[in-house]
Amino acid sequence: MKLIIDRAALLKPLAHVQSVVEKRNTIPILSNVLLRAEGDMLSLTATDMDIDVVESVGAEVSRPGATTAPAHTLYDIVRKLPEGTQIELAEESGSNRLTVRAGRSTFSLSTLSTEEFPALSGGELPYNFVLQAGEVKSLIDRTRFAISTEETRYYLNGIYIHATNSSGVPVMRAVATDGHRLARVEMPLPDGAAGMPGVIVPRKAVGELRKLVEDAEGEISVSLSETKLRFGFGDIMLTTKLIDGTFPDYERVIPAGNDKTLQVSRKDFADAVDRVATISTEKSRAVKLSLQNGALILSATSPENGTAIEELEVSYSASPIEIGFNSRYLLDITAQIEGDEAQFTLADAASPTIVRDQSDESALYVLMPMRV
Amino acid sequence: MPTPDAPGLCRDCGTRLPAGAAEVRCPACGSPRLIRHAELHSLSIAHIDCDAFYASVEKRDDPGLRDKPVLIGGGKRGVVSAACYVARLYGCRSAMPMFKALKLCPNAVVIKPDMAKYSAVGHQVRTLMQGVTPLVQPLSIDEAFLDLGGTETLHKGSPAHTLAMLAKRIETEIGITVSIGLSYNKFLAKIASDLDKPRGFAIIGQAEALDFLAKQPVSLIWGVGQALQAKLVKDGVTHIGHLQQMPARDLIARYGAMGERLASFAQGIDPRRVEVERETKSVSAETTFDDDIADPEELKRILWRLSEKLAKRLKAAELAGAGITLKLKTADFRTITRSKHLDSPTLLADRLYRTALPLLEREATGTSFRLIGIGASDFADPSQADPPDLIDRNRDRQKKIEGAMDAVRKKLGDTAILKGRGLAARK
Repeated sequence: MKLIIDRAALLKPLAHVQSVVEKRNTIPILSNVLLRAEGDMLSLTATDMDIDVVESVGAEVSRPGATTAPAHTLYDIVRKLPEGTQIELAEESGSNRLTVRAGRSTFSLSTLSTEEFPALSGGELPYNFVLQAGEVKSLIDRTRFAISTEETRYYLNGIYIHATNSSGVPVMRAVATDGHRLARVEMPLPDGAAGMPGVIVPRKAVGELRKLVEDAEGEISVSLSETKLRFGFGDIMLTTKLIDGTFPDYERVIPAGNDKTLQVSRKDFADAVDRVATISTEKSRAVKLSLQNGALILSATSPENGTAIEELEVSYSASPIEIGFNSRYLLDITAQIEGDEAQFTLADAASPTIVRDQSDESALYVLMPMRV
Repeated sequence: MPTPDAPGLCRDCGTRLPAGAAEVRCPACGSPRLIRHAELHSLSIAHIDCDAFYASVEKRDDPGLRDKPVLIGGGKRGVVSAACYVARLYGCRSAMPMFKALKLCPNAVVIKPDMAKYSAVGHQVRTLMQGVTPLVQPLSIDEAFLDLGGTETLHKGSPAHTLAMLAKRIETEIGITVSIGLSYNKFLAKIASDLDKPRGFAIIGQAEALDFLAKQPVSLIWGVGQALQAKLVKDGVTHIGHLQQMPARDLIARYGAMGERLASFAQGIDPRRVEVERETKSVSAETTFDDDIADPEELKRILWRLSEKLAKRLKAAELAGAGITLKLKTADFRTITRSKHLDSPTLLADRLYRTALPLLEREATGTSFRLIGIGASDFADPSQADPPDLIDRNRDRQKKIEGAMDAVRKKLGDTAILKGRGLAARK
C-alpha cells in the first residue's frame, strides 16, 4: 500500500474513527485502525467489537493495498504534523511496518495483518429509513442524559428506539431512564420504519453517533435488524450492536392522574434552582419546591452550608404541595426544554412528576421526587 | 537513652524523681519500674497499644489460661488474630496462618474471637483515655494516639505522669495491660510504644530522635510497604540513616509524594496532628474459607450471606453506600478488587448482592479463591438510601421485606430468618 494525502483530509476521518478505539485493549488488533487504499480512496475502520466506524476520504493511491496500524499513535502523529503538509503512507508488503512521511518527519509504525481485524458488518439489515441530521441530534440530546449507568440493569444502559402510535398517529419514539428520571421523545414515523423492532442503542454508540452528527447536515440513512443498527451519512458509516435485553414497559411509569399543574418560565426556574442548589449537599443535591397559589418557593438546607430560599411567581392554582427533587435532574431536564415555559404536572410528594415543554408536545419527562 | 541524671518517674505510684539521683527503686513504694528521660516532662504526644489485646481479654476472663499459650483466631485456615506473650515465645505472631502457628506451638489453646466482647473492652479502654484528654484518635479497637498537650494543670502533672497513671488504671479497672510510647509526634510515638512491650513505657525525645532513627530499617516508616522497600533496597537504602543523608529534593524527585514523607520522617518530622474523629471511609464484610472454593454457586451463596452482614453493619453505622467493592483473594494470594458505583446509595442486602454478583460472575470462572469480601464506600445519609424507583417497583417491597427480616432477627437472633439463596442445595 502506498498513498499520498493532505494532512487535513486525513486528520478528520482519523479523529472520527480513533474515538471508538478503547485506550486499553487486551486484544492488540483492537488498538489498530484498518487502512484500505483502493481506486482514489482511502477507507479507515476502527472497532471495539461492539461499534465500528468506517470513513472514506479521497487520496492519491499509487499502490492499492491494506494494513492496520495503532490508531491513537497514528492520530497523534497526524495531529502534530504542521498544517498543509502532504503525508505519505506506505507499507512494503511483508515488512509489517507502516511508514508515515511528511516534510522532514518520518515515522515507522508496526502493523498487524488485516486478516485479524474483526468485521462487525455483514448480516441482513431489513429495516431502512431516512432521518434528518437535526432529528437525530434532537432525539439523542433530549434523552441521553437519562441513560442509566448501573450495569446491573444493563437494559437501561442505552436509548430505546421503537415505532408505536401516539393518539392514533404512527411515531418513532426514543426513551431513556435510570429509574430516577425518564425521557420520552417522539417524531413522526419515517417511511420504511413501520414494523421495525424496538432496539436499545448502547450508551457508547449514542455518544459516538452524537459526535459524528455534530457537523453533519441533511439526511442520515438508518438500517437495522434486531441485533444491529447502522447509520450512514456522507462518507461515514457507524454500525453498532444493540443491547440484548428487554426495555421495561415505560408507559406504566408515566402517571396519568396527576392533577396539579404548575407553569413556570423555564429560564427563571432553571436559574433559581441552580442558585438555591449551591447550598444543598454534594451528595443529595436536594431542593424543595413549595407551591401555593401563584407562588413557588425553592429552598435548600444543608447542615454544613446553611440555607437558601428563592421565590418565583408562577401559574399554580391547585392545593398547596411540598415536594423535593434532585436539582441536577431538574437542570438536566430544563436544559432540554427549548420553549419559554415549562409545565409540571404533580400528584403528591411521593409520586412521579411529569415535566413538559409548554410549546412542544414531542418531549415528555418523568421525575421521581426525593425525600427532603 | 535513659540517663541516671535525667528526671524520673515511678510508673507504679507516680512519684517524681529529681534529676541527679540514681535510685534503682522508687523511694516511696519500692517499685523498680522507674522511667528516666531528659525530656520526660516536656513530651506530650502518646501512642497507647493494648498488649496482645484479644488474648489478654480471654486470659482476664479465664485465669486458668494465664500461663498457657493462647491463640485467638478461627478455623484451621484462618489467621492468628492475636497471640499471647507465652505463645510468642514459641514464635507465634498475629497475622500468621493458624496452621503455621499450631505447628510452632502444638499445645496452644485456640479461642474463637468474640468480637463483641473485645469491642466492649476496647470501648472501656477508650473511655478511660478520653478521661485524660479529649484528643484521642483511635487507630483500631486496641490502639490510639493521644495528645496530652496543655493538660498539665488539669492533671497536676506532666503528660508522662498522667500516662503512667492511666496505664495503671487500665490495669486495675479493666484487667489488661498496655504499652505506651511517648514522643513529640505521632510517627515517633507509635514507634516508641513498640520498643518496650508488653506493659512498657518508652520515650523518644527530640535530642536522640535522629540518632535513633538512623539505625532503624526504612520499613519502620509508615507507608513503606514491600514494594517501596524493595525499590529502596535496590537504590541502596536499607536504613533511615541513608535517607537522612539524602536531600529532600532528590527523594521527592525519585519517589514522588512518598519521597516527601520519607524525607521528613527520616528527620523525625511528622506534621500530622492527633485527629479526634476519623470519618468512616468504608465498611466491609469478608471471610477466609477453610478450603479454597472455585464453585461459582458456592461463592454466590457466601456473597449473599456477606451482603446481609454488610447491610447489617451499614444500618448499625447509619451509613448508606453508593460505591460497592467486591474483594477476592486467589489460592495463590493474589488480591482482586472490582468496584461498581450506584446511582443512589443503598442499605439493602439485596441491592449490595445484585451489584456485586455480576462482578463475581466475571471473576469466578474456575479460579480457586481463599477469601471473598464485599465492601461499601462513598457514603450518604440513610434517608437518601434506596429511593423509590420508576422502573424497579420491587424496590419498596424489598425495603419492607428487609425491614421485616431485621425486626425478626432483632427479636429472635440472626439466623431466625434466612433467604434460600444463602443455603446450599440439598444433594
